[in-house]
Amino acid sequence: MMPVLELHGVVKEYPGAPPIRALAGVDLTVNSGEFVVVVGPSGSGKSTLMNIVGALQRPTEGTVRIDGMATSSLRDGRLSAVRGRRIGFVFQQFHLIEGMTALENVSDGLLYAGVKRRHRAERAKEALTMVGLGDRITHRPGALSGGERQRVAIARALIADPAIVLADEPTGNLDSVNGAAIMTLLRDLNSAGRTVVLITHDRDIASAAPRQVAMRDGLIVDDSKGVAA
Amino acid sequence: MSDTVFAPLPDSPFAEPSSNGDREGPSSVTTAGVGKSRLRPSDAVRVGSVGLRTRPLRTLLTALGIAIGIAAMIAVVGISASSRADLLAQIDDLGTGLLRAAPGHSMFGDESTLPEKARATAGRVGPVTEAAGLTYTPATVRRSDYIDSGETGGIAVIAADRNLLEATRTKLASGRYLDTTSPDVPNVVLGSDAARRLGITSIANHPQVWIADDEGLGQWFDVIGILESSPLAPELDSAAIMGYGVADALYETTTSPSTLFVRADPSQIEAVRAVLARSVNPEAPNEVDVSRPSDALEARAKTDAALRNLLLGLGAVALLVGGVGITNVMVISVLERRGEIGVRRALGAGRRHILTQFLAEAGLLSFLGGTAGCALGAAVTAIYAHQRGWVLDVPIAALAGGAGVALAVGLLAGVSPAIRAARLDPAEAIRPA
Repeated sequence: MMPVLELHGVVKEYPGAPPIRALAGVDLTVNSGEFVVVVGPSGSGKSTLMNIVGALQRPTEGTVRIDGMATSSLRDGRLSAVRGRRIGFVFQQFHLIEGMTALENVSDGLLYAGVKRRHRAERAKEALTMVGLGDRITHRPGALSGGERQRVAIARALIADPAIVLADEPTGNLDSVNGAAIMTLLRDLNSAGRTVVLITHDRDIASAAPRQVAMRDGLIVDDSKGVAA
Repeated sequence: MSDTVFAPLPDSPFAEPSSNGDREGPSSVTTAGVGKSRLRPSDAVRVGSVGLRTRPLRTLLTALGIAIGIAAMIAVVGISASSRADLLAQIDDLGTGLLRAAPGHSMFGDESTLPEKARATAGRVGPVTEAAGLTYTPATVRRSDYIDSGETGGIAVIAADRNLLEATRTKLASGRYLDTTSPDVPNVVLGSDAARRLGITSIANHPQVWIADDEGLGQWFDVIGILESSPLAPELDSAAIMGYGVADALYETTTSPSTLFVRADPSQIEAVRAVLARSVNPEAPNEVDVSRPSDALEARAKTDAALRNLLLGLGAVALLVGGVGITNVMVISVLERRGEIGVRRALGAGRRHILTQFLAEAGLLSFLGGTAGCALGAAVTAIYAHQRGWVLDVPIAALAGGAGVALAVGLLAGVSPAIRAARLDPAEAIRPA
């Protein structure tokens, strides 16, 4: 199996006196097609790990390779492209843009890839149908339920065909029924071959996952699969 | 949800994740070598319009500031251009072929006159088509003999040639001008201001005026005509005009003109001007003042510039205030839309795409206001010109300039907020507040 994500000795410090060390030397390898749940209490470094994995931040030390690309040397334009095309983000707050329809929100997943508008719309429609929202394409986020909004967000994350789907507490703002449906959707995506990295503090979700990575104080303290990749 | 739904489909977003650029066509998402993020110009405009559409009232009010500034500037330019067009049309109508010759610095009541032969000698100059004189008399005109002789109302009593109206292109408002029957009968024609001051608006009731000489001896005159205002011979406006015959009989007025109007072919006017003084008063040509009345109108067409620039300056201030308003609203917009900025960064937007988005938003906002301002300014000009009876003239260059200036102001106003937006750390922006 090909690794789609490789972290070696990753340290992330935030400026301060003394500096705050959010990640204190993390090694993590995720192979294509894996379903990995990163679990840990708040302050354990999960969010920072997600920022680093999602190329939203650069590490202070160590190397990060996303789908084979080392991100530390990339300038903003290319790093942004890595985010846009290799990572599909799913957030706890959905982060849909008000004032745009579900279709437009999903289309914007390809906006910065230079795909023509017509093609974006075609693929967005297809993606919305796949997540079961074919009849909601002209709805604005305000007119959708929480579960529907998260489905729109997942459709947006998938439209650019990313190497990794990176979900940060995707069920955090949903009731248990909708939360379970979203988890089923993510597992189905994984069954279809998609690599999924899910970050949560929910032990129940973590325990059901094939691979769990437990974090504490900026370090990986347990990896159910073992450190070796 | 069954697995079959997610069975890999060719070219579907749910297809087996690919690690190579195996999609076809220019629109394919290449995954072999990621390259740079990009944003099509048409998409930049669309993305820039989302924020405006989401908050229509705010957009409207912010654009209004720019609209008012641009409207003021367009109206100033338009009204000034229309006024100028009207003056030029007037000049065209009156002709530039009129010269006015007067002895020295002749003023009201001045006894100095040109030689009696002046109109004949002027008429002999080749391109001259018309030469008409007028001579001031010491008489005064009043509504009746009960009114004190000092109450002249500033109206001069003059004797004039029968071709004076043709020469000066003065029109009759009502009645008729002095004709062949009138030199010896007590008829008088009133200038526009003179008629107004005497309270005579029409000749329908055969009005009469009392005209007395400097010793108080007077008689009634029939008013046979009223003139329109004369732009080229403004002295006619406040005059009561009679024939030379009557003036000679009553006040011993000679035919030596106080003022001589000479109409000539406009293309020859400078040549005529050069020789006119010498031909009307060969003995003392340097005592003859020759002027061209249409020059005053042409000067007026130019003197509006100072006022226009002042008003343009005021419009520019309004525009500046509008620009500050845009900056203000954009700063708020950036603060409110941190989440959107974060998610766009996550979707692949580079810093410059965020910059472009907010610049486009500010530019669109201002351009919108500018376009509305152009329409408003043109409408104001049209209404004003219509009221004044002018020809409407809103220069296309002013409209294009107005829209362009508005766009420039918006882009400038958007620079600082857009840079703020672009500099936001994506990880910070995406974190819930």
